[in-house]
Amino acid sequence: MAVPAPTTIEHDRRPDESVGARRRSPVPYFLLIPAVAILLFGMGYPVVWQVITSFQKYGALQQLGGKAPDFVGLENYIAVATSPTFWQVAVRSVIFCLITAFITVVIGMALALLMTRVFGWVRITLQIALLLAWAMPVVAAMTVWIWLFDRRRGVVNYLLDLIPGVDMNQYNWIGGDPFVFFLVASIIVTWMSVPFVAFSAYAGLTQVSTEMVEASHLDGASGWQRLRFIVLPIIRPVIMIVLLLNLIWDLRVFTQITMLQDAGSKTSDYDLLGTYIYKMGVAGLNFGQGAAMAIFVLALTIVLSWFYIRSLLKEDQA
Amino acid sequence: MSASAQLAPAPTRASRASQPAAPAAKRRPRGRGAKWGWSVLAIILALIWVFPVYWMVNSSMLSSSTLESFTPTFLPFGGDLDNFSAVINDKFLSALGISLAVTLIAVFCCLLFAFLASVAISRFRFRGRTTFVLAILIVQMLPAEGLFIAQYKMMSELGLLSNILGLSLLYIAAVVPFTVWMLRGFVAGVPAELEEAAMVDGLSRTQAFMRITLPLLAPGLVASGVFAFLQCWNEFTVALVIMNAENQTLPLWLRGFVQQSTSRAIDWGEVMAASTIVAIPVIVFFVIVQGRMTSGLVAGAVKG
Repeated sequence: MAVPAPTTIEHDRRPDESVGARRRSPVPYFLLIPAVAILLFGMGYPVVWQVITSFQKYGALQQLGGKAPDFVGLENYIAVATSPTFWQVAVRSVIFCLITAFITVVIGMALALLMTRVFGWVRITLQIALLLAWAMPVVAAMTVWIWLFDRRRGVVNYLLDLIPGVDMNQYNWIGGDPFVFFLVASIIVTWMSVPFVAFSAYAGLTQVSTEMVEASHLDGASGWQRLRFIVLPIIRPVIMIVLLLNLIWDLRVFTQITMLQDAGSKTSDYDLLGTYIYKMGVAGLNFGQGAAMAIFVLALTIVLSWFYIRSLLKEDQA
Repeated sequence: MSASAQLAPAPTRASRASQPAAPAAKRRPRGRGAKWGWSVLAIILALIWVFPVYWMVNSSMLSSSTLESFTPTFLPFGGDLDNFSAVINDKFLSALGISLAVTLIAVFCCLLFAFLASVAISRFRFRGRTTFVLAILIVQMLPAEGLFIAQYKMMSELGLLSNILGLSLLYIAAVVPFTVWMLRGFVAGVPAELEEAAMVDGLSRTQAFMRITLPLLAPGLVASGVFAFLQCWNEFTVALVIMNAENQTLPLWLRGFVQQSTSRAIDWGEVMAASTIVAIPVIVFFVIVQGRMTSGLVAGAVKG
């Protein structure tokens, strides 16, 4: 919206159009061959295979006995849609994703605002801390958090136990109540994702013009009013994109959940969509139903990302 | 980063100059105190965020008997590197070898393929260009969870299960889209006029590209390459599906420690040493490319 309208002069000077000969040239197609080939192999074929398989009966028998998979129409989809476990897992995944993404964005925003109000050296300190957390490989971060939440010697239980009147000695965070399990997962995912939000929001805040904030101040706007009516509207696009990305990322927390299950329990009460599909399709060899669920996840992701993809596409064509 | 320094002094000046801004002016004398208050809060939050990273390094240097005591040891005094020598064994070296091989093959091919594609979409307008751009944007969003059954089946039919080449191929496909997107910006940033000027001076198109454009693109290639490296090095989900217990990548090797925790007593010192080994190179590389990555992901939004 705020982009200065690209003038026609600029358009005419586009490098590709200035050299007329390049327009009909076959060169770009040759340049695309390797990328298109690998994408068709690694992504295109699997998607097509999955769509076909989701309409087939493709279980252990077909897999091990060499029996050809039969076409069964919507049977897999019906089986998935009528399975109470699937709906429990799906609803749990969506709730987990919504809550975690929302909390992440709120905390990240708050940290970004905080960065604008502290001394320079404090801001740098906070940024370095966030950067280190952000840089941690997911698997390494998970081992550390599992150690922190360890029942017997974990720092979390130790520190909570220090609070008078709180008895958290030997409290089982990961292997007990599924709700607590997902609370821990949410804390960990939030810790991992906040830095990206904070850095992006801070970059957005630095675009807010000083004059405008100053002017509103002269007009008697309170701190909250300035935030609500001046700052937030300006960084709204950044916040929307960041929220969207977090929603998409928090749907795919396979690594985090798998590793927490390693330290705790593997029953379906602790599953989100990714781990559930893995158990059904890869470990359980029920390709047909697994594929049907995977299609559901792909569709959900594309619906969620559509807005983001559109905004990137607009940027490409601007 | 310097912009907030400009933000801060402005309100102070404004409120001193103007009496009508009464509600804000009342708060001004506390301005410096408030700044200290926020700063203390920020330091506490910084400590919370960095603590897990610190704790990993700290624990990695402590012996299991120290870690088994009831009171945690918050400083690694008296620590040593025994845990590191304990985890650097044949299994680690095999995982390191596989990770390195897969990552290097994937990064090299990914950079090459993505570079060619990014030249195509930023230097040419052609039929199907928008379709291609849309396709890479969609593919980039697809979660591994939605594809791994099919990828597993495909690899098993091709006989590429637990195979370095098989995993590399899937990684290339997964990372190419974002790399194309990132490089596209860098290629577009080098004006084609430079190339054309060189051609006027008698170089062929290829020569002009190799001598003028390519050197200017080096920083972009490095940044994209490091990003692709991080993606492949940290990848867990696809590796879990494709590789078996004898052929693990580093993330799978690291996960093995936690998996054992249910069956036997776990030596957290060793697990943290293993985690540190995996994390340190990643942290170093990540800090190098971080700035470019943030801007890549939210570029559309910041520009509005």
